[in-house]
Amino acid sequence: MPLVRAASRQSGEPAPTAIRDRDALAEALHGGSPAERREAARGLAASPQSAGALCARLGAEPDASVRSVILTSLMGQRSQAAVAALLPCLRSEDAALRNAAIEALQAMPEVLEPHVDGLLADPDSDVRIFAVNVLAALPHARVPRWLEGVVRADGHVNVCAAAADALAGAGDEGAVPALAALPARFPGEPFIAFAASVAIRRIRGL
Amino acid sequence: MDAILAARADGAAGTLTRQEYARFCEFFHRHTGIHFNEQKRYFVERRLVDRIAATGSDGFRDYFGLVRFQASGEERQHLVNAMTVNETYFFREDYQFAALTGGVLPLLARGRAADDPIRIWSLPCATGEEPYSIAIAILEQWEQADSFGIEILGSDIDSKVLAEARQGVYGERSLMRLPHSLRARYFSRLADGQFRLDPGIRGSIDFAPVNVVDPRSMAGYRGMDVIFCRNMLIYFDDLSRRQAVEAMYECMSPGGFIFLGHSESMSRMTSLFLPCKVGDVVAYRKPPCGE
Amino acid sequence: MNGKRILVVDDGMTVRMFCRAVLEGDGFGVEEADNGVEGIERALASKFDLLLVDINMPKMDGYEMIRQVRGDPGLQSVPVVAISTEAADGDITRAYEAGANFYMVKPVKPGELAEAARLLTGVRAP
Repeated sequence: MPLVRAASRQSGEPAPTAIRDRDALAEALHGGSPAERREAARGLAASPQSAGALCARLGAEPDASVRSVILTSLMGQRSQAAVAALLPCLRSEDAALRNAAIEALQAMPEVLEPHVDGLLADPDSDVRIFAVNVLAALPHARVPRWLEGVVRADGHVNVCAAAADALAGAGDEGAVPALAALPARFPGEPFIAFAASVAIRRIRGL
Repeated sequence: MDAILAARADGAAGTLTRQEYARFCEFFHRHTGIHFNEQKRYFVERRLVDRIAATGSDGFRDYFGLVRFQASGEERQHLVNAMTVNETYFFREDYQFAALTGGVLPLLARGRAADDPIRIWSLPCATGEEPYSIAIAILEQWEQADSFGIEILGSDIDSKVLAEARQGVYGERSLMRLPHSLRARYFSRLADGQFRLDPGIRGSIDFAPVNVVDPRSMAGYRGMDVIFCRNMLIYFDDLSRRQAVEAMYECMSPGGFIFLGHSESMSRMTSLFLPCKVGDVVAYRKPPCGE
Repeated sequence: MNGKRILVVDDGMTVRMFCRAVLEGDGFGVEEADNGVEGIERALASKFDLLLVDINMPKMDGYEMIRQVRGDPGLQSVPVVAISTEAADGDITRAYEAGANFYMVKPVKPGELAEAARLLTGVRAP
């Protein structure tokens, strides 16, 4: 019979890995195998002071599985230090890094809150778009107001387009006037009129 | 007229408008990967009415705001539990077992030494129907089964269900999808009308408790070639789900396969495992060069 | 219906709806995905004549999805249009290096989208 009772699983507690301090773990983020770097990143999850080191490695790490663990560790921290480390990633040229930062920030709505106004006022329209992308799936009660503010006043068509799209899912009645006024702010952009109209219909349940 | 009134009724009256339903479905799909269409409307609305009442929400819009914006995600979890039905029985979603024996195992066997066992993990295994189904499917459908050692492991966080699994006793309902010929071949009828699985198969599965988000718990599992992780991840919050997926990555051999429940998708969870077609079935694979 | 099928991959629901409206209006069959992983799932599940792929998406961005598609023996010759909010030369180059055939900048213009779709799927203009 080909079915064999597994001998490969180790029973009982596995041998504990050496307990290493934060500095040793931070150093282990950089060398060795992906498995060793993942272990280091996991080990640093419990130290909020390591947010900077984790995020710095994120930009340089070539292995997707290590990047994933680094992000999970940062997301679990939900600290001001983690937010501070992740925000600059929104300016990165690396699309994968930016999108990872967006996801991680969505996991920390309360610590992100004080930074939102600043992000939405950033001189770089790309940063404002990515901020709107964060808001689109951020579990925070102020999201409709933040997005409404963008639609009301942002001067860049793609920032407003992203906000209108987000409001289709997250908007409320208060955002409707700004959405209704949006097409007139960008005449000649059929997508804007379409997105605003969809958002209003979804909000009103019509 | 009544139809129009019904269409405009708010959530508290038990009916969603078409747009509200669409809005809910878009959110739910984004969150879980599950697609609800018009046919599922009655199913969905009934459960939403329950959740609206349970949370003391003032209609659908109020409830939807709670689900979207509650930082703890607690109601999102309740919502997922309410919207998903979970039953276990032999040969559930058996097209995946066909993909295992028809596609995955032949691929894993290519160039593989005879003394290199193939490891298949059922996680969560609950009361054992899944790992036992895998065993039966392999014995029945894979011609090369005799050429390799096949280790099947079953794990669950609940030690009670593991104890039941080891007993290998099942009622009619559990066996309803199993062809009668297989029931006759692998089970013996007990006095109380239940069925007991062949002791050889019972004894060949390694059942053990595991906590998928605890790295120490998972550390004993390495070199897995196939993981069946069906209808578990969908119930996790985002952080735990990431931890679970990363732990499974650690446990898997490069090029190993994962099967999720048929309405689940890795696209909600991670890009660590890439979608791949095995016949008509979508499975996910750890990159063959992934360490 | 012109018999051609297009997969629209974008995390924005209104973008997907808009593209669908434009393309269905031109007789194309349309399916949707909201990130790169789902995009690969859909592309593997049935045959498409064109993939429209947004760059900035959660879980897997458009560059990575295009690279994966180009690496798959069954998909490597499907035409791909990358769409993005960014217009910088670096971004366009990156898209072509990943394997895109064409690049469009948002907001999507209906005429441009329809024309690109017809061109890349070999449908004659009406």
